[in-house]
Amino acid sequence: MNKLSLFGLLRLVIGRDLMLAMRRRADVLTTLIFFVMVVSLFPLGVGPELDMLRKMAPGVVWVAALLSSMLSLGRMFSADYLDGTLEQMLLAPQSLSVLVLGKILAHWMLSGLPLVLMAPVLGLQFDMPVQALWVLIASLLLGTPVLSMIGAVGAALTLGLRGGGVLVSLLVLPLCIPVLIFGTGAVEAVSSGMSAVSHLSLLGALLLLALVLTPWVTAQALRISME
Amino acid sequence: MAINWFKYSAPATFYELAGKLVPWFAWPSALLFAIGVYIGFFVAPTDAVQGEAYRIIFIHVPSSILSMFLYLIMAGYAALGLIFNTRLSSMMASALAPTGALFAFISLWTGALWGKPMWGAWWVWDARLTSELILLFLYLGFIALHASIDDPRRADRASALLAIVGSVNVPIIYFSVKWWNTLHQGSTVKFTGTSMHVAMQQAMFSVLAACWLYAIAVTLARVRSIILERERNTQWVAELPEARS
Repeated sequence: MNKLSLFGLLRLVIGRDLMLAMRRRADVLTTLIFFVMVVSLFPLGVGPELDMLRKMAPGVVWVAALLSSMLSLGRMFSADYLDGTLEQMLLAPQSLSVLVLGKILAHWMLSGLPLVLMAPVLGLQFDMPVQALWVLIASLLLGTPVLSMIGAVGAALTLGLRGGGVLVSLLVLPLCIPVLIFGTGAVEAVSSGMSAVSHLSLLGALLLLALVLTPWVTAQALRISME
Repeated sequence: MAINWFKYSAPATFYELAGKLVPWFAWPSALLFAIGVYIGFFVAPTDAVQGEAYRIIFIHVPSSILSMFLYLIMAGYAALGLIFNTRLSSMMASALAPTGALFAFISLWTGALWGKPMWGAWWVWDARLTSELILLFLYLGFIALHASIDDPRRADRASALLAIVGSVNVPIIYFSVKWWNTLHQGSTVKFTGTSMHVAMQQAMFSVLAACWLYAIAVTLARVRSIILERERNTQWVAELPEARS
């Protein structure tokens, strides 16, 4: 156990979380179904004109992704908190930031990645052109990990609080606005004939910044919440 | 002679000091506000481009400036409280939050009132409006998180972390909203190139000073209440003349 490298630790945490999720598949599916349902509700709300739907598609998909990632944030730490695993993780000699990073990545694989894979199908519902669909996938691929990372800070801060689910959305949603802007901006740029590279680069920059800062901040938040 | 630099970092001594300071900030604030509003409404000339409606900026601009500065000051106090574990800094942070939220709200409200005659719409998705709205959300998140944690020390530390994360995010949000807006639509209405009239400047700066003094006075008064609430079981609170009667 002492010989465990950081990478091995990361793999261990991710593997454990994925296995736990596989044992309770319903949780993962519920988030995905929520995502599909929210996106499908928009045409019913605003009418079936394809012109308008095509214009709205990136925004709708991104907002739905944001909401469904909020939905699954509560699960990130709460089960481990309730059965005492989290306390053991805090006591472990390994770096808490790396442990947290593992949990964040696992959370993204369970809540973000399915959305990315599902998005093209939903894009077709909105009659998006193929080129825009590829950019949408790329922007989601870069952006949804950031949502999981910022969300992890909120989830750690609200751990074990009354009404934590609503509160975490209140804290995290304003911080996620840049991701939303650049994510939809990339698709809109391509649709209007410009290059999406600048938006995607900014999303990539946000991803790197979040990758460096949020695991550490989340670890601090967990220590505060577990005192 | 050794000076005790940290004398007033103890809530017990600061409570007394704050009580003495409050009137020194409150009265000049009221006076300056009256002067500023008088100059703004009766002395300052009518604007050539915007007519009478421009006078709302005498309230709008100071409250916008304050709402932004107070967030940074709040995050600064929160960071002090988190790093040095000082109780008073965290109390100051939570005392500043409602005032900051109030100024953000006033700024949005007066902005909407100004926008209706100028732009013909109560609300425009202008970069500055949008980032002010997000700032209000950040304040509300801070207050909500603090209110929902029962243990005051944990509430202080958790909301301090949130305020710091928020202040790192504020520039990112500002620039993202700015770029988002410029990509969408052309330039918005700007203040015309002419420099401001002297009377307008006087009105603006006296209201700005009044707002600063008001913020300080209200924060000090609020931090006194917070101190009393948190230290209600201590000896020195029981010995206060106002507590004994």
